Amino acid sequence: MLSIKIISPFDQKTIDSLKSGNRVLITGTIYTARDAAHKRMYEAIQRGESLPFNVEGQVIYYVGPTPQKPGQIIGSAGPTTSERMDKYSPSLLDYGLKGMIGKGYRSKEVVDSIKKNKSLYLAAIGGSGALIARTIKSMDVIAYEDLGTEAVRKITVENFPAIVINDSYGNDWYADKEINQSK
Amino acid sequence: MRIIHYEDIVEKVSKACQDVNFDIGSDVFDSFKKSLETETSENGKYILEQLIENAVIAKEERVPMCQDTGVAVLIVELGQDCHIVGGSLYSAINEGVVKGYSDGFLRHSIVGNPISRTTSTTYNTPAVIHIELLPGDQLILNLSAKGAGSENMSSMKMLKPSDGLQGVKDFIIETVRIAGPNACPPLIVGVGIGGNFERCAYLAKKSLFRPIGFRNISKEISTLEKDLIEEINKLGIGPQGMGGNTTALDVKIEMEACHIASLPVAINLNCHASRHKKIIM
Ligand code: SF4
Repeated sequence: MLSIKIISPFDQKTIDSLKSGNRVLITGTIYTARDAAHKRMYEAIQRGESLPFNVEGQVIYYVGPTPQKPGQIIGSAGPTTSERMDKYSPSLLDYGLKGMIGKGYRSKEVVDSIKKNKSLYLAAIGGSGALIARTIKSMDVIAYEDLGTEAVRKITVENFPAIVINDSYGNDWYADKEINQSK
Repeated sequence: MRIIHYEDIVEKVSKACQDVNFDIGSDVFDSFKKSLETETSENGKYILEQLIENAVIAKEERVPMCQDTGVAVLIVELGQDCHIVGGSLYSAINEGVVKGYSDGFLRHSIVGNPISRTTSTTYNTPAVIHIELLPGDQLILNLSAKGAGSENMSSMKMLKPSDGLQGVKDFIIETVRIAGPNACPPLIVGVGIGGNFERCAYLAKKSLFRPIGFRNISKEISTLEKDLIEEINKLGIGPQGMGGNTTALDVKIEMEACHIASLPVAINLNCHASRHKKIIM
């Protein structure tokens, strides 16, 4: 199986063409946010305030990188466990978010919301932070700088490897993997 | 009486914190390679290949293999004829962790207050330190950098003695199954059986310090370890939960005596970024 090259932000045609279990290589712009940044964005939505970036059509990567060494663009930057963002994801998806990258299971609410909003959840390879860092070509902290590793960053990636877990048709690779394997 | 200087401990701990995060160690690396030969799923193989490449990059460039550079957990074997001069052992270790995590550009992953989540501690401290006082004059520091993804999926239960061996096995298998992709498989499954509530959890943690492929010296326990490796690898979870037969790289069990009314079992999961180092002073 070869990896499919896709561009981020994802357009609807790309999203519709992908199925759970597909391996992809992503090139383009992605935003990073994890627990603390999600909490702040969620609270901003609740209060009717604007978000630090326009999430419409965008992709969020759940990562808290290590500090970069002098000369590095970013430190090691593998995915963190996604379920901690489950509480906040449906409202971001309703707001127009089109993709999420992390690792591990999502809640039923998130899976349903992915299908409803015709978006994607992908897993990057947990614990491969050194390898992933090589695919990150630029990095700017754009919001919540006080959160340190948890600040929101805008990154550009080139051939960032990931696997589609939840596609826009309601398929779940983690749940279906045994069936898929025996095919 | 042997004298060990505070500064020496600081230096050694600082270096080990960095080495352990950059270099996965041959036991884990070799087991990635071995698993690649036996892994059946395509995505599983792909992930193992990426993990091998990741380990090579981390070692060559001296960058962390994983961005969760963990909490420093130490099991200290302190000979009672060993004397530390220049300050306390606890502060020497913590100073070493601060130095290692800042010099090595490792991540600060500790919040001072678990409820309010304020980040008010000094660079990635306090370390979790367990001291075992032993005869002799040696000082051995067993250091690990423990990530939260796998720690969060760990579990402890006070089983009933009547649950017996099957109850113990079922609990272990169920814990691995529930953890699924979240704990970053392939895993090293650490198990403590017996002791009491807190001792059991400690045994599970301690078991993870044994390198991959090294069995418990008791025949009964080593057989159980082997049985569990086989059963866990039949679960179909595979590398990163993408399917396959490489779910556990190893299972480690430590067992101790316990109360006639108890059967404590603790399972401490470790991800493939199993970072351990022995510092002999
Ligand atoms: S569980 Fe382990 S490999 Fe996965 S992100 Fe955490 S520390 Fe890294």
